[in-house]
Amino acid sequence: MAEATITREHAQGLQWIKKDLLGLEELSAEEIRLLLATAESFREISLRPIKKVPALRGKTVVNLFFEPSTRTRTSFELAAKRLSADMMNITAEASSITKGETILDTIRNLEALKVDILIIRHAAAGVPHTIARQTSASIINAGDGAHEHPTQALLDLLTMQQQKGRIEGLHVSIIGDIAHSRVARSNLWGLTKLGARVTLCGPPTLLPAQVEELGARVTWDVDEAIRGADVLMLLRIQHERQEAALVPSLREYRLRYGLDEARLKSAKPDVLVMHPGPINRGVELDSYVADGPNSVILEQVTNGVAVRMAALYLVSGPPKTEEANA
Amino acid sequence: MSGANLLISGGTVVDPAAKREVRADVLIQDGRIRDIQPTIASSNGLRRMDAAGKLILPGFVDLHVHFRQPGREDKETVETGSQAAVRGGFVAACPMPNTSPVMDHRGAVEWVRQEGQRVGLIDVRPVGALTRGQQGAELTDFGELFDAGCVALSDDGKPLLNSLLMRRALEYARVFDRPVIQHAEDTCLSSGGVMHEGLVATTLGLRGAPAESETVIIARDLALAERTGGWLHVAHLSSARSVELIRQAKRRGVRVTCEVTPHHLSLTEEAVRGFNTLAKVNPPLRTEQDRLGLIEGLKDGTIDCIATDHAPHTAWEKDADFDSAPFGIAGLETALGVCATALIGPGHLTWSQLADRLAAGPARIAGLTDHGLAAGCPAHVAIVDPAAAWTVDPAAFASKAKRSPFTGQRLTGRVTTVIRHGLVVWDANA
Repeated sequence: MAEATITREHAQGLQWIKKDLLGLEELSAEEIRLLLATAESFREISLRPIKKVPALRGKTVVNLFFEPSTRTRTSFELAAKRLSADMMNITAEASSITKGETILDTIRNLEALKVDILIIRHAAAGVPHTIARQTSASIINAGDGAHEHPTQALLDLLTMQQQKGRIEGLHVSIIGDIAHSRVARSNLWGLTKLGARVTLCGPPTLLPAQVEELGARVTWDVDEAIRGADVLMLLRIQHERQEAALVPSLREYRLRYGLDEARLKSAKPDVLVMHPGPINRGVELDSYVADGPNSVILEQVTNGVAVRMAALYLVSGPPKTEEANA
Repeated sequence: MSGANLLISGGTVVDPAAKREVRADVLIQDGRIRDIQPTIASSNGLRRMDAAGKLILPGFVDLHVHFRQPGREDKETVETGSQAAVRGGFVAACPMPNTSPVMDHRGAVEWVRQEGQRVGLIDVRPVGALTRGQQGAELTDFGELFDAGCVALSDDGKPLLNSLLMRRALEYARVFDRPVIQHAEDTCLSSGGVMHEGLVATTLGLRGAPAESETVIIARDLALAERTGGWLHVAHLSSARSVELIRQAKRRGVRVTCEVTPHHLSLTEEAVRGFNTLAKVNPPLRTEQDRLGLIEGLKDGTIDCIATDHAPHTAWEKDADFDSAPFGIAGLETALGVCATALIGPGHLTWSQLADRLAAGPARIAGLTDHGLAAGCPAHVAIVDPAAAWTVDPAAFASKAKRSPFTGQRLTGRVTTVIRHGLVVWDANA
């Protein structure tokens, strides 16, 4: 159990005391650094021939996804299994469980079944927060509406830190549908708390009201957002946005805001291209750029497992006495 | 109805008509106010009520409540709604027609009125539907609804968006000299918004409804009221800009009245932080600037009255996640305390101004004549302890709604006794 001991030593400076991981807004810079340091120490486990440690042995973890997701759900599942937790998946069609009270009934049942950690994804903002207030189980937010997606932002931060050696002072441009993006919000909190400069870029129809008051620079001009940036984070643009008249057409969006080879030429040569996935190839991101030398999109995915292992490990609480003596 | 003879002595009479607050005794005989004098001698057969340190206000009138009956008796009934109203100092309330079935015909209106009379605590005066089934397509039979006892017509909960139909409604309602009440919301603009569009919505990732979803409809309706000479009443104003539009229209002589809720006078979008569904209400709580604009409008008389928009919901509905939870705040039992704390405490309003906005103003709009504190008026009185500090505990509400955004808040000012037709219908100390 040497690996777990290493992590606990990391944690010695600051003990994680929160029951839940709901978002980066409510975390201090120190707590975010603790999560990143813990993730860094867990990364190596996934590189071993036997990818398993006993840190969460005997804990029950449930993936409760009310919205379709493949990569986040799989990433959490692998993270839990690599920590030896008992892992279960529950997927509920958003259409069959639409009322909050039904969700709460589901949660109360899971609590009665003595689940330790619930990982929740829901299309409505605040669902994990409502649930967290009403259960003693630990809640990890795996994405709530347009609000937060803390583990995504943490894996983005971890990737930037690995690639650039630091977060502080980095200039990060987040480009796309900011208004509907939980990834943008969580990254904005995480990046500003760790001292990065954030530029949010998109047409005014995709920028939420007064977002500049949250500490970001805002521009409609994608070329301006690209110039001088250390990191370009592209967000998925969804077809529904066209229906809601937020963009005239996806073609128009690609021409105005898409990151293609020509635009990439005006960026710093060592700029990182990131995307939370799934990519709309040929809309917000040209295929060449997505697969090109600046892209760290697959590193993001790999880091996702380490970050989720760290989140599961920390919210599971301090080690029990008998475990510590073992 | 005739009440016992009663002498309320030692209190301060707050008479909005006379715009004064004077130490005086009030003599009630046969259900009517008989006399108000600095001192009235007690005589045999006269019950004496000590009101030292208390304020004597005309009973409050609420132009905008939801009693949910018929249809959603799990949320509220005429009986529990009346009990909540009387505890809040109200002697009359106007239930909105968004019941099931909709109050768009004589039968439904008469049933609600009669149920109010059976309960017998307050005067229940329904607002009838403006269009059949509140569908926004065909006008209801106005004459029949007014004959059945409606004080106004509205599709409350839904705006009447069809401009031509709104014009016809304002025009035709002139025959009856009664107001058309508009829930001013351009639902295309507010599309799916669950709170005010602003910094808090942006932070929480919730869909916002901009203030303009209210102002564009008010601007249109003012133009139609000006054109037709019809009486427009705008429900639950939420933005400072709405107040400004109505202020200008009143100066031009447009026949318009309007109301504001206690929660819009006391809370802002900040109350929603933490996904607080108890602060989810339509129109949404907006900014501090809007709140101050509403207070200014209430102060200068642009806003005629305070109405609670008492919108009770079950606990399980309100305890849901933010998007799923229904809009609405149960406001009857906290109205006076919230208004006194938010308006009198900081010096925005005098007690006689507050009495006007809670009693005389809405009574005028509802057409309740001789509602006041003058000899000869029916004895409808709310006695208030202006110094009583209390903590809001919704578990103790008479309303079936046991949730409130004011839970745990310390308020100053409390209704202690309510008299209707000379009878004590509520006594906090009983």
